[in-house]
This record gives sequence, C-alpha cells and structure tokens, in this order.
Amino acid sequence: MQTIPINTYNSPTVILELIYRLKVKDVMTRKLISAPLGSTMRTVQNLMRENSITGVPVVLGNRLLGIVSMDDIIRALDFGYIQEPVEKHMTKNLILLEDDMPVSFAISYFDRYSFHRFPVLNKNKELVGMVTTRDITTRLLLEINREVENLERMNQTTTVTDGLAKDVHSFSILKHDFENAGFASTQIKKKLKSSGVFPPIIRRAAIASYELEMNIVVHSNGGKITAEYGPHEVVITCEDSGPGIPDLNKAMEKGFSTANEWIRSLGFGAGMGLPNVQSVSDEFSIESSPKGTIVRSTILFNEPHEIGKENTNEEH
Amino acid sequence: MKNIEELSKELGYSVFSMEEAGAIILDGYTSDLLSDVMGNASEDCALITIQAHKNTVAVASLIGIRAIILCNGRTPASDMVEAAAREKIALLGTEENQFTVSFRLAQALGKV
Repeated sequence: MQTIPINTYNSPTVILELIYRLKVKDVMTRKLISAPLGSTMRTVQNLMRENSITGVPVVLGNRLLGIVSMDDIIRALDFGYIQEPVEKHMTKNLILLEDDMPVSFAISYFDRYSFHRFPVLNKNKELVGMVTTRDITTRLLLEINREVENLERMNQTTTVTDGLAKDVHSFSILKHDFENAGFASTQIKKKLKSSGVFPPIIRRAAIASYELEMNIVVHSNGGKITAEYGPHEVVITCEDSGPGIPDLNKAMEKGFSTANEWIRSLGFGAGMGLPNVQSVSDEFSIESSPKGTIVRSTILFNEPHEIGKENTNEEH
Repeated sequence: MKNIEELSKELGYSVFSMEEAGAIILDGYTSDLLSDVMGNASEDCALITIQAHKNTVAVASLIGIRAIILCNGRTPASDMVEAAAREKIALLGTEENQFTVSFRLAQALGKV
C-alpha cells in the first residue's frame, strides 16, 4: 500500500496550509492514457508497456467506466483471458476524487485505500485526470522548497544566493505602532553607513524603507521589512498580512490616500508613500491581494539613478 | 551661512533640544506631511512644521534634517525631545505660524 507520510491534521501549519490550499487539480496528471470501451485486455497491456504506466482508465467518451490495473493484467495472463474485452475484467468499484478537493483528501485516500492511483472527475462527472502518490509528493516537495526559502528569508539569518553570502535583516512591524516606527529604517541606514555606502544612496534606501515601514504601520494588519544586502545593492522587501490594496494604480498615484483623519493628523497618509518609494528605487515591484501586499525595492550602490526623479537639491 | 544657535537667537525661538549648536543650516522646508518631507526636503535644512511628535524626528534623522521648528506654539511630547537629543537634531519652537517662520528663516538665510 502506498502512503504519503504526511499527517493531515497535526502537521506544521505551513504544511497544513499547503495541503488544504493545493487542490487535486493542481497535482493531477492531465495527460490521460485511456482505453475505450470494447478494447481487449491485451490492448491495455500494450498501452501500459508503451507508456510505462500501471493503470489505465476505461472510458466511453469522457465518462469513466472502470480501471484496469497491472494486477488485473497479470491475472488475465495467469488465467488466460488476455484477449477478452476489458469491461468483463476491469475494476468497477472505484474510489474517485473530485478536482476541487484539497490535496489533503487525496493524501488520506492513499492512506485508507490500497489503490495506487485515483481517477479525478470534474463537477460534470467527466474524467479529467489521474493522481498517483508520486504526483502529490513531487508537487509537495516543490511547494515545501518554496516555503522553506521564504522562511529563511524571513528569519534574519544569513542566506545564500548566487553563491554569495548575504546579510539579511528582518524586522517585524506591528499595526499602528507609531511608537517604534522608523526603527527598521534607522537600522538599515546604520548598516549601509557602516559599510561605507555613498550618502545619497543611503538617503534613497532610508526613504524607501521608511515609507514601506510606515505603510505597514498605517495601512496593514502588521508585517515585516526585510533588507538583503549584496555587494552591489540592497533589496528592501515589505510584506504584510493584509488587507491588500484594492486598486494598485490608484495607490501609485501621487496624493491618493485611504488614510483616516487620525492618521493624517499625525502627518501620514499624504498619498506620497508608494510614489516616493518608486522614485528612489532602481527596481520596484508591488503585488497585492486581500491576503497581503509585497513591495520590493532594489537600490543599487553604483549605478546612476535614473528611474523616477528625486529632488536632490543640487544647487547646494 | 549660519548655524543653529545663531539662527535660533536671531529669530527668537525657544529651545527644547540643541545638542549640536554649531550645525550649519543651509535651507528650510515647510510641510506637515511627513512623506512629502521625506521625498522632497534637502539635507542640512530646518523643517518648519506643526507635527510635534516623535515620528517627525525619525524622518528628520533619516534624511539628514538638522533642525525642527515647531510652529503655532505647539510643544513637543517628552519622548520627542528625548529622540531629538539622541539624534542630535535641534528642536525649536515659536508662536509664529509656518508662513511667517518660512519667510523670516528665508530672510535670515539670505534666500530672499
């Protein structure tokens, strides 16, 4: 019996979120090799050999009628009915998955039943894919890799990118915490100063990090500022846990703000935050959903600054 | 070119904090919107504002503003005074409004 060694009720939260977020349709094989009704067991045996597979669904159009497994073929060879039609010998008692079910269902099915694969039907009861344990573990490994990468990034530790050891600092920012606002940006500024970065560049990094920090304080449910220092740049990432920006174009407009009166009375919510960040960044990206917003600002140490235009008061 | 102490005396400001009396002020910037200050104020300037709280000091420190002039008789909270002292940013006050302070500071700096 094939099982997937993941506990679907008390695994780490990251894993639980993953197996509930991923749907069966995200992991299933869509390329189906099936045998039409009326084929012989021999035809199915050949299909298996040619495609190196161990189970073949028997269909009439899009409708699933049964499955012929390698076991069924071996038995057919043993008892001499390999030339007979599949409908006589296929497994008709099928356990099915629906494409919209979370992967956690599929995992517990593999634990509970001795099948090596499950056919997947859509809402209209049409066969749309097959799932094996391998499909699930492959996809889970990919996703877990990505999660681990994120965790490392969030974890103030040294991470390795492009073979270069980089310093990474991460700061938790709380909603409406005006008391400690500016701490992350001050730390980032200090770090750049002690590394001998050119002052106008430090100023740009300070502006970007402060605006992003204040955005988390003012607008989000809380989040993190991460600064990754490389030999030629600093990448400042701001991640929050919602509620997201409904209209990104508006948010990038100078003077547009959703801040309330109280926030404005403190001098925030001028609608200049994100435009300021963009204008001091060499690279800038933003994505937002109700689950959270991620803004990434890259500031290069050497390149001439050409994106946007910052008032540098060169007359002095 | 004038330093903070000279300007403060000349314009009659009250002093809440002045750790570096000799720091030179080159320009002024008038705004109550901190993002606007962040994006547009130059280094070594005096910030003319009514924002009498700690976050103003954070902004000033990050972009190199040397003095904050609080207008309309606003008095800073004690944590703002402490922050200003720690960051060595002069914290001054006056009964005048932002227009008057801007105009007089510009005159004192020879800008007009």
